[in-house]
Formats: sequence, structure tokens, C-alpha cells
Amino acid sequence: MNPFSAGTRLRDMIRAIRACKTAAEERAVVRKECASIRAAISEDDPDYRHRNLAKLMFIHMLGYPTHFGQMECLKLIASPGFPEKRIGYLGLMLLLDERQEVLMLVTNSIKQDLNQTNQYIVGLALCALGNICSAEMARDLAPEVERLLQFRDPNVRKKAALCTIRIIKKVPDLAENFINPAAALLKEKHHGVLLTGVQLCTEICKVSTEALEHLRKKCIIGLVKVLRDLTNSPYAPEYDISGIADPFLHIRLLRLFHVLGQGDADASDTMSDILAQVATKTETNKNAGNAILYECVATILSVEDNSGLRVLAVNILGRFLSSRDNNIRYVALNMLMRAIALDSQAVQRHRATILECVKDPDASIRKRALELVYLLVNESNVKPLTKELVDYLEVSDPEFKGDLTAKICSIVEKFSPEKIWYIDQMVKVLSQAGNYVKDEVWHALIIVITNAPNLHGYTVRALYKAVQTAGGQETLVRVAVWCIGEYGEMLVGNSGMLDVEERINVTEADAVDVIETGIRCHSSDLTTRAMCLIALLKLSSRYPSCTKRINDIILQQKGSLVLELQQRAIEFNSIIERHEKIRSALVERMPVLDEATYSGRRAGSMPAAVSTSQGALPKMPNGVAKPASAALVDLLDLSSDADQAPSSSGGDYLQDLLGVDLSPASQGINQTEKRGADVLLDLLSIGAPPAQSSSSMLDMLSSGQDNKSALGMFDNLASPSAPSAQASSPVASSSMMDLLDGFGPSPSVPVAETNGPTYPSIVAFESSSLKITYKFSKEPENPQTTIIEAEFVNKSPDIYSNFVFQAAVPKFLQLHMDPASGNTLPASGNGSITQKLRVSNSQHGKKYLVMRMRISYKANDKDVLEEGQVNNFPRGL
Amino acid sequence: MIHFVLLISRQGKVRLTKWYSPYSQKERAKVLRELSGMILTRGPKLCNFVEWRGYKVVYKRYASLYFCMCINQEDNELEILEIIHQYVEILDRYFGSVCELDLIFNFHKAYYILEEILLAGELQESSKKAVARLIGAQDSMVEDAKEQASSIKNMIAQATK
Repeated sequence: MNPFSAGTRLRDMIRAIRACKTAAEERAVVRKECASIRAAISEDDPDYRHRNLAKLMFIHMLGYPTHFGQMECLKLIASPGFPEKRIGYLGLMLLLDERQEVLMLVTNSIKQDLNQTNQYIVGLALCALGNICSAEMARDLAPEVERLLQFRDPNVRKKAALCTIRIIKKVPDLAENFINPAAALLKEKHHGVLLTGVQLCTEICKVSTEALEHLRKKCIIGLVKVLRDLTNSPYAPEYDISGIADPFLHIRLLRLFHVLGQGDADASDTMSDILAQVATKTETNKNAGNAILYECVATILSVEDNSGLRVLAVNILGRFLSSRDNNIRYVALNMLMRAIALDSQAVQRHRATILECVKDPDASIRKRALELVYLLVNESNVKPLTKELVDYLEVSDPEFKGDLTAKICSIVEKFSPEKIWYIDQMVKVLSQAGNYVKDEVWHALIIVITNAPNLHGYTVRALYKAVQTAGGQETLVRVAVWCIGEYGEMLVGNSGMLDVEERINVTEADAVDVIETGIRCHSSDLTTRAMCLIALLKLSSRYPSCTKRINDIILQQKGSLVLELQQRAIEFNSIIERHEKIRSALVERMPVLDEATYSGRRAGSMPAAVSTSQGALPKMPNGVAKPASAALVDLLDLSSDADQAPSSSGGDYLQDLLGVDLSPASQGINQTEKRGADVLLDLLSIGAPPAQSSSSMLDMLSSGQDNKSALGMFDNLASPSAPSAQASSPVASSSMMDLLDGFGPSPSVPVAETNGPTYPSIVAFESSSLKITYKFSKEPENPQTTIIEAEFVNKSPDIYSNFVFQAAVPKFLQLHMDPASGNTLPASGNGSITQKLRVSNSQHGKKYLVMRMRISYKANDKDVLEEGQVNNFPRGL
Repeated sequence: MIHFVLLISRQGKVRLTKWYSPYSQKERAKVLRELSGMILTRGPKLCNFVEWRGYKVVYKRYASLYFCMCINQEDNELEILEIIHQYVEILDRYFGSVCELDLIFNFHKAYYILEEILLAGELQESSKKAVARLIGAQDSMVEDAKEQASSIKNMIAQATK
């Protein structure tokens, strides 16, 4: 034997690794060990195989790669001795998981071991199977495991039972085979087998209703007896845990009752006595007893109605809640969440205690309690609860503020009894934790404010006051800036005073100060600054005395590095300086934002079917509808609620440009090599070859005009010199520009979706000799499938014969082609061949269609082959 | 069901990991990082549960070691504490007042014991004595095999002298 291949002992290796002072040293030791193990593996030395594997397991635990040892596990498992098998199976379970292909190789060894007579070897194989088997292995070995459920030794039976759980989780169809053997286990006396048998039955019931019915009919009385005997059993040292006989079996039985009783009044009735007994008689001074009670409460709450039991359960939870043990309080809160659906009155009684838990030092308890409070809120208690939560917001940990803020906002929004209260609470939240408030929340607040005309003055003053004390909360600044911009004159004039309010003295300069701080503050982000700019523009007309100062502030932004701000600053500056006449009309107050539209959009999150604006929005020439990828609701979005901007897809405005000019282009006008991918090319082609540029320009024109009114707002802002331009060329160019800046970096524009989408036809392929057009239609009941009608037109003066069209699609698509209408294509476009294709998109909504095609035909007795790829399918197919 | 069992030392060193649900090597490292960050920083008097990625992790500290088990939301946290305690008691009896070093140098033994308590993420045996008996029987099988092997080796060595 080669003394050098043996390497160090396991113990020595562990010592060497532990002695390492730095990570680099450790890596060096591990590298050396791995090298010697690899050498031993390649020598195929059986003597030290088990030691090497043990070392590898240790190395694996430290997080180093050990895949090269996987085959060693298989060799050890295949060897006859128990020690080798034992370490081999351990290695298998540690180094491999169900997703590795190597695992398939072990199926046969496991099968052999399952058929051994030695119970420990069978046990090892079952253990490995139960811990890492894949679906295929489960299928292959299920018969063996089923047989082992009746093995003579109980230790094998219990392992087989748990193994079965894994098998039916992997392959639920197999559950039917196991119903009878599993039910038989419930009659066992051996605790281990009974314990695992009960677990197996619980799992089978979850996947098979047949099993559920069977157990309800046949086994429930027996199970009740088992539990009763267990509860009443005298001291049994083997299973005793702090004075209770086998709490694990208690809990498992209760869990099975949970499944059996749910939705079945008879079964629930049968078990109600024993549930009451467990709930009243269990010792509660130790964790084991509490664990049983907890499970018992869960079972009572889920079985069919029995008011007496429920009172008992809620009382137990009340007792738990007042416990001094944090674990018990935690589980009580957890379970009360389930109880609230059944009996909210009973839970409401504990409201004060639960509110205290929200302020607990323990984050886990706090989180649970907050969830529970959220469920407890209703119209009648929203005010006191919110007050408590808002007060606590001030002192809570920073890491908890996010959750707490989200919940408060949600509660306030859902249950607010009146608008003024809602606004008050939101101002409080914004000043306490404005930085944790999500965008949707403050957007919603602004919408509520616009819809409450009698509160405009009150709100703007409240925000002004708040921002004086909590100017660091960015969302507060945003909302305040927005309101000052809109209702600035009410701030200064103290108009619309409510009775509850005190007068405040704010000068115009003070108000501008707030906005100036906002725009200057280095921590303000783009959105805030953009909002400040707009507010300044609005104030320039509202506060005539400050116009000069406002103009100066705006001018400073001309040097901004952010294109958006720079451009706006220049535009606004020119509005202030040169367009005195139209300015006041331009900066009129926003129209009231429609709450219904907004909430509808939030509910649908993406597709914004804007009912109010659809009338004003001219239909796109071909009714193009594109999916939105993100409808960020920001400044522009808010303002465009009234006049809806055209749809954009994927925030990719280049493609939008393309989309806008592509659709009409493909309808009539020829373009060479038009492919969706070559966006830049397309953009270039707009101006490049003169022959085409005119037509492309025309397209731009038509689309520009169609979109003009939709883009009207931008038109006004961007090119005030031609606000009513009807002449075609300026519109085209300005809307072109508007498209670019309208869809510019930060603002993305919401989407109008027409119902029942129709898709424009496209030119899928075009060469000097052949043109292929695709027309699309969809079956309404099957949105994944698109029916394409392909039309082939011959552009050459020769007749094509043997015309064959072939197409290929990536894996996520399925293509079915109907036969073509013919195989001869008349010359010079004097006829066409059509062929129907049916494409199903398994990733509908995520991926777009693409297709490759090959066309072969004979022209002038010569074989011709053309190939192409279609990337310009309309989105959403 | 139990998704995984972790033993982490107070310094954040991993002493034992057992995965009953599939996690890739990368995910495992991430889980360990996240959880040790969450658990080791918790104060001593707080409850033994942390919520993590929609699961719950039940942990308990014994001397310098944290025993952690990850379970589903609807599972019984208190029972898991008992299972952890059961495991610790069996280890204690097996090694004779177990310490962290025992588990480092005999990590495979710790695994063997765990295999007799849990299988497929479910509890397999509720009796500590039964587990001890099973482990004892298997250990003696290994000893017998070793003895046999060494006596055969001796015989071969003598015969070839």
C-alpha cells in the first residue's frame, strides 16, 4: 500500500483547518486536501475511500466545491459492507440533491438495498430515498417502499412511511396505491410507526380526496380512541416529556383531526369530546404542553362549527397572549389571525393587549402584532387605532418603520371616515416617515386632495407647516411642493379657512422659499426637482411679485446635468420671459383627477383603460394596442390623466417611434428589409434614401397628426410658438421631438388599451423577388394562440413553381401549418398563395413571437432559396 | 415539514447543515448568510422564531451553538422547539455532555443521529431511547466489521510473512 496516497486522518485534517488563522490559509489547506483526495480517487483506492468521503463532507460543509466526490458515494453504496454503505449514503445525501443527474445512477443500488434482509441497510436506503429522491426515482421505487410498509421490523416500517410522504409529494398520482397500507399503520402500537403513519395519512389526505373520505369513514373512531388512550395513559418513561406522554404523537394526531374535521360536520362531531378534553386537561407550565394546546386550538378553529369549543380555544389564546413567555405570545398572535375570520368580536376584546405587542422590543412579535392589528381595524375603531400607530411611528425602530408606514397608509386609505381626517393622518405619516411612503400612496393622497375643493386651503397650509419641521422627508416635500404650486394663492391669502384652523401668516416669498429649498437640497431626486420646477412655473403666474426671483431659480437649473431638468428650465424660462399672454392660461389649476380612473388603474396596475380620455383620444390608425411593461405613475402621468398620451411599450421609446411609424408603413408602402430588431436602421431610414424618406415622412406625419392632440400638452410646453400648428411639417417634427422627450428618461406614459385587440398586418419578408405579408387574428377564448394568414406575392416577371414555405420557431412557441393554397406563384404580383399558420405562445405576455423562415421555389428552371427572420411581430401576440 | 436544519456557532461558523428541500449550492450559502445575520444578532430574551422569506425559522441556543430549523408558516413552532431539544438531549447522551468540539470532530455521528430523528423533513421517532438503541446497534455493526477486517488483515499479513 502506498503510504503517501493515504493522506492525513480526518481528525488531523479538521485540526489543520481549525488552526488556520486566515481564510487564505484555510483555502490552501483545503486545496491540498482536495488534491490528495482527487489523486486517491483517480487511483481508485478502496481502502481510504470512506475516509476521503468523510473529509469531503467536511469540506463541503465549509462551502467548497466537492462535485468530484459524487461518484465515490455511488461506489461506497455499491460495496457490500455496512460501514461503507453507511458513509456512502450519508455522502450521497449531503453532496447531492434531487436535481443532479448522477442521482439516477444510484437508483439501482438503492433498489437492491431496499431488498436486503438486514434492517439497518434497508433503513439507510429508505433514509436516502426519503431525503433526496426525485420524481423519477419515486416512480421507480414506489413498489419497493409500499412493500416495506409491511416489513417485519417497526423501524423499517416507520422509515418507509416517511419515505412515502416524499414519494407522494413528488408524484401525487401514486397516493391512491398507498391509501390502504397507510390506513393499516394507524392500528399499530409502536409509537414510531404510529407517529409516522399518522403523518403519512395527513399528507395523503391533502393530495387525495378518496383517501380523505376513506379515513373519515373507517378510521376516525379508532383515531379518537388512540388519542384518548394517549391522553389518559399513565406515566411511560420511554415517551415522557415533562410529564406528558409523547407530545409529538398528540400533535400529529391533532393535525390529522384538523384535516379530517375540516368541512365535515360528522367527523368534527366525533372528535369534539376529545378536543375539549385535550384543551382543558393539558398541563400548561411546560413548552410541550403548550405545543399540544396550540395545535389543539388550531384544530378547533378549523373543524366545523362548535361554538362551545371555539370559546374554549379563544380563551386559551387569551391566556397565551397574557403570558410572559415571548414564544407563547408569538404563537398566540399567530393563531388569533386565524381566529379573527371566525369570531372577530372575541379577538377585538384583546385589542389593547395586541396593540401593546406592536410596541414590543421583539421584531418577530411586532410584525405579527401589526399584521393582526391590520385585520382588526374596522370603521368603528379606525380612529383610535390609527392614533396609536401613528404615535408609535415616531419612536419605532427605523427598520420597522417601513412595515408600519405601509400598514398605516393602507388602513387610513381603506377606512377613512372623512377626507379631512385622511389628509391629517397622511400629513402626520409623511412628516414622521415620509421616506418610507411608497409612491402609490402619495399619488393617491394628491388625488384625494384635488377632489376635496373645500380642503385645498387647509391642506396646503397644513403641508406648509409640516414641511417647516420635517423638511427631510422627501415625499412630504413632494406633496407640499405640488400643493403649493397648485394652491399657492390660498396659502398666502388664508382663504378657505376651516373653523378648526388657526390663521398663519405666510408671504409669497416664504412659499417660494419652500420650493427653493426643495430644488436646491442635494438629497432631492429628479422627481422632486422636476416637481419643484413645475411648481415654480405655476407660482410665477400666481405670485406676480416673485416672478423675477422664480425666473432666477429656474435659470439656475439651466445648468443642470440632468437633461430633463435642463430642458424644462429653458422652456419654462422662455414661457416666463416671452409668453406673458398665454402663461396664466398655461398654468391654470389642474383639472380634478378622477379617483375612479386612478383606483381602477391601480387595481389593474398596468392596463389603463382611461374612460374619460378615450373620447378625446383619436383612435390609432389601425387600433394598435401594445402591452405596458410599467405604468409608473409620476408627475407627467398625473397630469396626463386628463389628456391621455399615446401608448408606449416597454418604456423603450425607440421602439415606440418604430411602432408608430411601422404600422402604417407596412400597410401600403414598401420598405426594404424591415425588421424590428434594426430599430436604429429604421430610424435612419426615415431620413436616409430620398425615395423612402418621403414615404416615411408621410407616415410620421400621419401618426404625428393622430397623436397630436394626445400630445397636445407637450406641444404646448415644448413648442409654444406653434401651439395650433396645422401645417404638416412642423407638426411632424415637433411631435417627433415630443415623442422623444415625452418618453424621455424618467417619465413613462400610461397606456391606453383598446379592448378586443386587433393586430396590424406586417410585411414579414421582402426581397426583390418576393413579398410575404402576415395578417393576424386571435380566437378570443385562447389568447395564447395566434392565427397568421401568410400571403406570398411574386414580384419578379417569372412564374415560380414548386413553391414551398417553411417556418421555424423557438421552443416556447408551437407552430402548426395548414397546407398552402397552391405551389405555383404567378408572375408580377398577378396572384398570390396563402397559407395559414397557427402559433401558440406558451410564454404569452412575457415573450414575443419570432420566426425564421425559408422559402424555396423554382424560377426559370433554377432552384432558388430565400431565408429570413421575422422580428417585427406586433407585441402582445 | 422541516425544510432544513442548521447548526451555527456563535461566531457564525456552520457546524451542520441538512437540507430536506432542494437548494442549490449558491442558495445554500445565501440562506446561511442571511439567517446567521438575522439569528445571531437577536437578543437573548426574545422569542425563538424569526420570519424569513415566507417561512419561519425556529432557533434555540445551547451553549455556543444555535440549532435552527426552517418550517412552513402553518407548522407548530413550539413543537419544533421540542424536536430541537430532543435532538440535543440525544446528542448529549451519546457523547456524554456534548460540546461544540464533539460535533466538529464527529460531525458524521451528529448526522447519523439526525437521520434517526428526522426523515424527509418529518419526525421519525419520539423516543430518545429508541434512537439511542438504533444508533448503538449500527455503531456496533461498524465496529464488528472493522474488527473482522483487521483480523483478516493480520491473517493475511502472517500468511504472507
